[in-house]
Amino acid sequence: MFDRRLLQCFDWGLLVLTLSIGAMGLVVLYSAVSAGAIEPDFLLFRKQLIWYGGGIGVMVFCFLFDYKQFERFANLIYLASVGSLAAVLFFGKYVGGSRRWLSIGPFSLQPSEMAKVAVIIVLARYFAKLINTDGLTLRDLMVPAFLTAVPFALIVRQPDLGTAMVIALIAGAMTLFAKIERRAFIWLVATFTLLVPLVWFFLRGYQKQRILTFLNPDRDPLGAGYHIIQSKIAIGSGMLTGKGFLKGTQNALSFLPEQHTDFIFSVLAEEWGLMGSLSVVILFLLIIAWGLSIAGRCRDPFGTILSVGVTAMIAWQVVINIGMVMGLMPVVGVTLPFVSYGGSSIITMMIGIGLLMNVSMRRFKFE
Amino acid sequence: MTNYLDNVDSDWFGKRLSAALTVVIAVFVVLIARLLFLQVIEGEELRRLSEINSIRLKSVEAPRGLIYDTHNRLMADNRPSYDLSIIVKDANPLERTIEKLSRYANIDEAQLWDSLEKAKGTRAYKPVLLKPDIGRDALAAIEVNRWDLPGILVNVSPRRDYIFSPSSAHLLGYMGEISVEELKNKIYSDCKSGDFIGKYGIERTREHWLRGKRGGQQVEVNATGQVVRVLSTVDAIPGHNIVLSIDQSLQLTAEQLLADKSGAAVAVDPSSGQILAMASSPSFDQNAFISGMSHDTWNALISDPLHPLENKAIQAEYPPASTYKIIVAAAGLEEGVIDVNTSFFCPGFLKFGNRTYRCWKKWGHGEVDVLKALTESCDVYFYQVGQELGVDRLAWYARAFGLGEPTGVDLDHESGGLIPTAQWKKNRMGVSWQKGETLSVAIGQGFNLATPLQMALVAAAVGNGGTRYRPMIVKTIRTADGQTIFESVPEVIGRLPVSEKNLRLVREGLFKAVNDRHGTAWGSRLDGVAMCGKTGTAQVVGRRDDEGDGGSEGEPIKDHAWFVAYAPREDPRIAVAVIVEHGEHGSSAAAPVAAEMIRFYLSGGQPKSDAPLAVAPASSAEGD
Repeated sequence: MFDRRLLQCFDWGLLVLTLSIGAMGLVVLYSAVSAGAIEPDFLLFRKQLIWYGGGIGVMVFCFLFDYKQFERFANLIYLASVGSLAAVLFFGKYVGGSRRWLSIGPFSLQPSEMAKVAVIIVLARYFAKLINTDGLTLRDLMVPAFLTAVPFALIVRQPDLGTAMVIALIAGAMTLFAKIERRAFIWLVATFTLLVPLVWFFLRGYQKQRILTFLNPDRDPLGAGYHIIQSKIAIGSGMLTGKGFLKGTQNALSFLPEQHTDFIFSVLAEEWGLMGSLSVVILFLLIIAWGLSIAGRCRDPFGTILSVGVTAMIAWQVVINIGMVMGLMPVVGVTLPFVSYGGSSIITMMIGIGLLMNVSMRRFKFE
Repeated sequence: MTNYLDNVDSDWFGKRLSAALTVVIAVFVVLIARLLFLQVIEGEELRRLSEINSIRLKSVEAPRGLIYDTHNRLMADNRPSYDLSIIVKDANPLERTIEKLSRYANIDEAQLWDSLEKAKGTRAYKPVLLKPDIGRDALAAIEVNRWDLPGILVNVSPRRDYIFSPSSAHLLGYMGEISVEELKNKIYSDCKSGDFIGKYGIERTREHWLRGKRGGQQVEVNATGQVVRVLSTVDAIPGHNIVLSIDQSLQLTAEQLLADKSGAAVAVDPSSGQILAMASSPSFDQNAFISGMSHDTWNALISDPLHPLENKAIQAEYPPASTYKIIVAAAGLEEGVIDVNTSFFCPGFLKFGNRTYRCWKKWGHGEVDVLKALTESCDVYFYQVGQELGVDRLAWYARAFGLGEPTGVDLDHESGGLIPTAQWKKNRMGVSWQKGETLSVAIGQGFNLATPLQMALVAAAVGNGGTRYRPMIVKTIRTADGQTIFESVPEVIGRLPVSEKNLRLVREGLFKAVNDRHGTAWGSRLDGVAMCGKTGTAQVVGRRDDEGDGGSEGEPIKDHAWFVAYAPREDPRIAVAVIVEHGEHGSSAAAPVAAEMIRFYLSGGQPKSDAPLAVAPASSAEGD
């Protein structure tokens, strides 16, 4: 099955891009965990290294066999994912008021992260069958809407609004890419406009607070409002060249909340300045462009849409996370791909890269 | 159309991808523009802000809800605790600061370094708790020398203070630092490590109401970490106040009566099920838990053979002994095994099979009817009633009186006691029920076990004419500003399966047990109050092998003394159960305690009159 010719098509460029951003991420994580501690605890850093090792293994696994296999088993992958999301609601462990983690032996995973990939695969399979130049009708959209709504609802229940939102946005991006019929499109826009006030009612207190706080950070002087202000100070104070490795005072002062996960970009921008933050933003842009070019070179609708979905996942998270820490968006718990601390996040992103590599490697086999 | 898409020359996907890339680039342009704005245009200003960044967050602890007795006497209060912390970054030089702090505040230097050592990994700008609750003297010394102690902070936080401790210790419970396990629990989701939460008693069962919501402040600090300005405040929300049904005076009375003894006393209001007092002896000092207990104190508490940490009123199970005869008499009457006229002859023993079952009165009670049996607690009479009823019918009645299962009182670790049936024994021990065992059960011995609270509720239900109420301890819950958010109402959970006529007969027997010259509790009768009650003496099965009449080695283990009572005779206002471990006889050890509690309560808290109540002479004490 594994052909030497495939190796010649191996996407070294994507690998180099991924590993460079991963390496930069580790450097920043090192800063974040040692931030101003009397005696730093490198446990998180070591764990992240292990996750990266595992992530590379998973990535290799994801491109070893033809991505067509993912199309074949799409439904199974999706059902397993929904099953694990249901399981987390019953058996998941509580951390800070929400149930997101499922323990498997010594490891804890967030099924909601994996659900992103499952939704991408199942939607790619569905759209690949229906796609046409006229666009999809409302009736065509019922199934993908349902396929997205189930994991979405389960993740909102945990509650983890950030991840649920990312899933919805990925599905939306994939659907837009597959093209929606003009009439259906107008309908959808109208419905969403009406739906927004309704959704407001279903948001939890703290979720509403976050949105209100975003609009007016002074509302929550001890929480998000404070965090946004401190994060902006951190980023800005990095100026052109940054304060230097391990020299970030905002980071050290622990003015940054969740500095190793959601707010890690602020640590980067503070210590490495525009130089560092711009490099990372441009690396992300390159990865996204690379993903789209893989989609463009693929000669099979499933492969194309799959690549678009994975790229959309990376793009949304980058934009939301960086936008959030710079005060352009509400504070929602979305990680920065390849940089934020978190096993599930790393594994999911590496699966995504593995899928992109898979499509990239097999682009000629189709003919 | 699909054909077109499958065509290698199709550029449909290509066009859409170009559009997607355009959108992505547009968004990234916005991100990069924002970066430039923050890091280049605003960079200098933000750099300056970061250098003088003196805005810190300070959390403000919420005062915990207070606990009052039924007459609004404060039982659990909050007092200010001065907690000593250090911000390592500001404490420059660290060694000198610690050394001076130790000198000023008179705290062992090694202890301070110890706390710092434990806080390894904490960020240098975060306060590290050095010593909680340093006391006013140390506080004054630190305040005076503040200029000489950079980075040293003293935070004031509310701390629990149990006003009557060790009184009501088992009831109110105590607090302790939240454990790692508890932190994972959803009900503690708003807690953080280091928080104090209720660990036992009302503090634990009503944690949810008592715990307030933490607030906080955004403050500006100066170079040494002292607050110079409060920028904004989110107020802490205090916890809810709880009013208990406990009458603290009665509680103290009961505890004094049990002092130097091991045992428990429970008083309930028969007309509502509200618990008026619940004493367990010996007790412990709750405040010691709050200020941090030494290892030795803790070990002494848990290894004490008298189990001071156990609430004997609900956690300890004892054979109900002769107090159980109330139920046997009611069951016998109700099942028609006996009636008011049925009498047996008591020669002081009953031969059953090849064994002899003794009555506590060696020379016998002579002709005994049900009234006399209750009055004088004749074992032989109840052997025969029990034998005719059989163990399973007896068990059915005992359960209907509320025995054999937890009462559901709002306290933790409640025991259910045990009411044996033939099936139970078969399942448990794999051996069939022996007829002779029914005889033991009929006088409340054998496998029977009950808690003092259960027996107090039996007395309450018999006294009030047969209505069983759920025992209640929380009367009202109010917000800190006095708004009532919970008001308990009596909850009827059942009726005794005994006709009014039969119940009246049983009550007559209980009246005579106290107020008849031959009654077992005659010695504890009260002037002007028609107290009804039943004594009991629970055989203690020792762990020694040579247990028995002729115990030659050492002192025999003394029996547990029981007394259950209610008063007044009609429309009783109080029902009491008292157990005194190894008190020997119910009439001499337990009945005076119960009688004094009842007298005290019904007289509205009058101190005892000069003439002390006669303590029953040993001769009239019942046996078995």
